[in-house]
Amino acid sequence: MFILITGLLLGGTYALIAMGLNLQYGVARIMNLANGEMLVAGGFAAFWVYTAGQVNPIAALIVVAPLAFAVNWVLYRVMLQPLVTRAKNRGQLETDSILATFGMSFAFVGVMTWVFGGGYFNYAFLAQPFEMFGSSYAQNRIVAFLIATVIAAALWLWLTYSRAGLRMRAVAVNPRSARLVGIDVKATSALAFALGGAITATGGSLISMFFTLDASVGVLFTMKALIIVIMGGVGDIRGTIIAALILGIAETAVARLIDPGLTLAAAYFLFLAVLLFRPQGLFGKKPT
Amino acid sequence: MSTREIRNLIVSALLIGLCCLLPVYGSPYWLTMGTTIAMYAVLSTSWALFSGPTHYISLATAAFFGVGTFVTGLGFQDLPFWTLPVIAAALGAVLAALVGMVTLRLSGVYFVIFTLGLAEMVRQVVTWVQNQTGHRGMYVLTSLTEREIYWMLIALASLVFLAGWLIGRSKLGFALRIIGNDETVAKHSGIDTALAKVLLFMVPGAAAAATGAILAPRYIYIEPSTAFAPLLSFQVVIMALLGGTGRLWGPIAGVIPFTLLWEAITRQAPNQTLLLLGLAFLLIVYVLPGGFVGLWDRLRRRYGGNQ
Repeated sequence: MFILITGLLLGGTYALIAMGLNLQYGVARIMNLANGEMLVAGGFAAFWVYTAGQVNPIAALIVVAPLAFAVNWVLYRVMLQPLVTRAKNRGQLETDSILATFGMSFAFVGVMTWVFGGGYFNYAFLAQPFEMFGSSYAQNRIVAFLIATVIAAALWLWLTYSRAGLRMRAVAVNPRSARLVGIDVKATSALAFALGGAITATGGSLISMFFTLDASVGVLFTMKALIIVIMGGVGDIRGTIIAALILGIAETAVARLIDPGLTLAAAYFLFLAVLLFRPQGLFGKKPT
Repeated sequence: MSTREIRNLIVSALLIGLCCLLPVYGSPYWLTMGTTIAMYAVLSTSWALFSGPTHYISLATAAFFGVGTFVTGLGFQDLPFWTLPVIAAALGAVLAALVGMVTLRLSGVYFVIFTLGLAEMVRQVVTWVQNQTGHRGMYVLTSLTEREIYWMLIALASLVFLAGWLIGRSKLGFALRIIGNDETVAKHSGIDTALAKVLLFMVPGAAAAATGAILAPRYIYIEPSTAFAPLLSFQVVIMALLGGTGRLWGPIAGVIPFTLLWEAITRQAPNQTLLLLGLAFLLIVYVLPGGFVGLWDRLRRRYGGNQ
């Protein structure tokens, strides 16, 4: 029971991060391997406002999210859109965007190590225990889970019922056809990429409340988010959420029962199972 | 064999012979640099053999390399040293085949992601096994000198070049060029694309593991976090792409300047190496898509070469 709930709490935050990546890959077609660095940046921002100004990290989200949105929008418009324009096919865009975002990822890590140093960062916020079902859980994990749930639900509603959300889903299905029905694909992609980045940074702020971060840990989160997106299926929000919860529980179980050093190995085990048995994702349909 | 090919073979043999003379005439500093360059030459060239024609970015080098160093670490006391790179190469090839069979039937993204975390995953498992059995790091104390390591690496590099040249002439190489141009066409002309890719992926796997086995004595002390350092994979990718994967000699053209630059930066500003790596990636995507080879070809075309 303890493992199940801790895993679910962790999975909630993972779901948020993976949703950010899913928007960027599913809609904007950019395999963003600098995603984890955006998360760490969000975490550092929360750390910084909390230790320097005693500002509540949750309140800080009001600044962090729009800032991340703006940064990612500029990043897409300046760096990534030229790649989309010049790519002759999907494969070339994938290779180019992977290499470019690797470059960004290393450059970000370099800059963050330069600014913040190579040490570990954590702070105590809401670190009191909370009694639930006979065991105690840290309050910050529960709060992070609740906020992640609210944001994920809002995103889902927006994508499902709003006109802008419909546009986004249309681009996700097929950018060329979307253009034929009068959708500004470039603007929609930029919006999706920026939104994805903002969501990831928000996830980073939340995760920093209970995780120790350092400048180079981003790639680990990128890896997990990628595994979740693939497991859930590209562009499938429901699949992403369920995959994130599965990963959260699996990681917690392995860390508790076998060894805390094996969390990535646990994620890989799931990844392997997905690749072997359901490469199209949990709810994806078999391509014909 | 045409006269052109014979000429190329003779030139390559002469160049390799020239490289072998470095320990005799060069200073210890240049021998160390030469060993590092030879190591990256093997890794990048073998990487490009697979990733050049297929356009799949493999980040598994560090995993294979680490497996190789562990083969030496575990076996150097009981077995003659020359068998270790061979065993490592076989293990590397098997690991590559397994990874390839899982991922290479799917699209390229899955492959990149899987190899991205592979070194870290293997490291976690090895660390766990070591913790279970009570072993920590390992000392690899051999009587090998740096010049012997260097010569072994040069021999390995020659083997990789030979393999690359033979693959280029073989049916497999032809099949891979078609796959690289258009995979659908390749499938329709009856090529087993997944099999061809898996077979080819075993080459860098074996080469990287053998390199790790040869270089293990240089590290003296081996532990999982240094043997499986993921950064190695990225350095190899960047060097190969900087040189260009279009030609067999392309990666070397990237290895030499990048290794020298990397050394200089490490000495001057050790914290800025990651920034350098990032900028190098961006440079390749935005300014030099074909690497130095691509640049060379463009210049030759513009200023009237003979082709």
